[in-house]
Amino acid sequence: MLQVVCIKQVADTETRVKVAADGKTLDPAGVTWVLNPYDEFAIEEALRIRERQGSGEVVAISLGGPGVQTTLRSALALGADRGIHLRSEALAPDPIAVARALAAEIGGLHADLVWFGKQSVDDDQAQVGPMVAELLELPCATAIAKLALDGTRATIEREIEGGREVVELTLPAVLTADKGLNEPRYASLKGIMTAKKKPIDEKPAALGEPRLELVGLELPAPRKAGRVIGQGVEALPELLRLLREEARAL
Amino acid sequence: MSILVFVEQRDGRLRTVSREALGEAARLSASLGGPVVAVCPAAADPGLAALGEAGADRAILARHQAFGSYHAAGYARAVAAAAQTLGPKLVLFANSAMGRDLAPRVAARLDAGLASDCTALAVEGGRLIATRPVYAGKAIQKVAFKGPVALASLRPKAFAAVARPGVSAAVETLAVAEDPQFARSRLVSVAASAAGKLDLTESEVIVSGGRGLKGPENFKLLEDLAQVLGATVGASRAVVDAGWRPHSDQVGQTGKTVSPKLYVAVGISGAIQHLAGMSSSRCIVAINKDPDAPIFKVADYGVVGDLFEIVPALTDAVRKLNAQHV
Repeated sequence: MLQVVCIKQVADTETRVKVAADGKTLDPAGVTWVLNPYDEFAIEEALRIRERQGSGEVVAISLGGPGVQTTLRSALALGADRGIHLRSEALAPDPIAVARALAAEIGGLHADLVWFGKQSVDDDQAQVGPMVAELLELPCATAIAKLALDGTRATIEREIEGGREVVELTLPAVLTADKGLNEPRYASLKGIMTAKKKPIDEKPAALGEPRLELVGLELPAPRKAGRVIGQGVEALPELLRLLREEARAL
Repeated sequence: MSILVFVEQRDGRLRTVSREALGEAARLSASLGGPVVAVCPAAADPGLAALGEAGADRAILARHQAFGSYHAAGYARAVAAAAQTLGPKLVLFANSAMGRDLAPRVAARLDAGLASDCTALAVEGGRLIATRPVYAGKAIQKVAFKGPVALASLRPKAFAAVARPGVSAAVETLAVAEDPQFARSRLVSVAASAAGKLDLTESEVIVSGGRGLKGPENFKLLEDLAQVLGATVGASRAVVDAGWRPHSDQVGQTGKTVSPKLYVAVGISGAIQHLAGMSSSRCIVAINKDPDAPIFKVADYGVVGDLFEIVPALTDAVRKLNAQHV
């Protein structure tokens, strides 16, 4: 079974966001770049399926500048067999453009499963996975928390407001992974060493016409400085008074 | 030029998030012009004429026998077909679980730009500009749209519904064509979680717990407080990663971004990725034994001390307060 995992390089969640001089993007100075956390669950699930089946191939794809090769290497170190780097110099291509480029590449691979994280923790759009599914006319389930595979039938669970949906799909299909799907592994030293020898195929990304245009990036208005109103249970009458009379929150 | 609004129903009832989307469409139609048209995929008309009261001038019933419950591939084709028939300037969704799943599919079918999880939409210099939090709220992005149609999904509780008592929407039916994709995925069942539990993103009051609770069994204290406050219980990443609480409870950058009226952080130190997810709450209360915890920098009201004494006392005090108001 051939599985494709689409991964993105993002700023670490500990990053303090500063706006770049263009007024539209993140200032990259001092930023640690990591594999998007939700993509870790996608990679892990693909690897477990390959291990369970005892055969098959896991291909990691990433789109972006030269830096994303580091992220592809970390997927290879975890156990992916090979990488594809869709090269793009565009600063922040919009989701439909990224989806077009990925669909153009993945369409020729005839994968059984195409994996994504449910969203990237930078732009928080949560769009590219289901977009690729529609462009390839494949069934798709997003933000899955559980997967059972039986031949070409996949049964998944996904969280919705106040409950869980159970959905059945026929492979080939696109799945996007939520936290909780599994417990991702760490790369082993051996994995890191062998990753250096695994191939990464590099080609230009066919993004097409943009549909979104970045206008600006700004920091949210700072909250007014916090205030400690007291210590221990003695502070509770004052807390309740403030909540009722000042904040009108009760 | 019209505005098309995807309307979400569960068990035949219009969801609040869709009222908010209709309300925003009604407001935007003043500057964009044209009617507000609701589109609702369903197996039978659940009473769409009543959407007039929420802001719709017309309503399209996209009918198919498979649409009794959410069908991702089917709904995507139906909403895209409605958009292709109508030719709207803007298509709105709620950024609910269903909207998050559906909107990108419709965008792909229309080859259109989609701005997810918007907190504001405005027409500036003739252009529609969407405002949306990124990095879980650490920054705010503004985007404009290119191409003939723009799509946006709206963050729950960020937009106000409108009420037009007695107004009725004209209902038309769109026959949805059968498609081989309809058979390739299907919703088997929906299991409800704890009765009456609201999703964190839709809650007005949230009581969240962190490592200071010392163990999963102590979340009972927060559940008691949540009950008297009418709140939903949330959690920090540390306790979710420790397996004390399910991931659906996590607030922060790899969990949910929330902005309730009242957020009570108990035993949460306030890691940057947690603060990102809750700093837009209207009022923040922090209870923590460490006076130097970063959570106190964003808390409107901080109480330093032992949560195991403070939380039960607070629960009692609120319960007494509630009794006075009955």
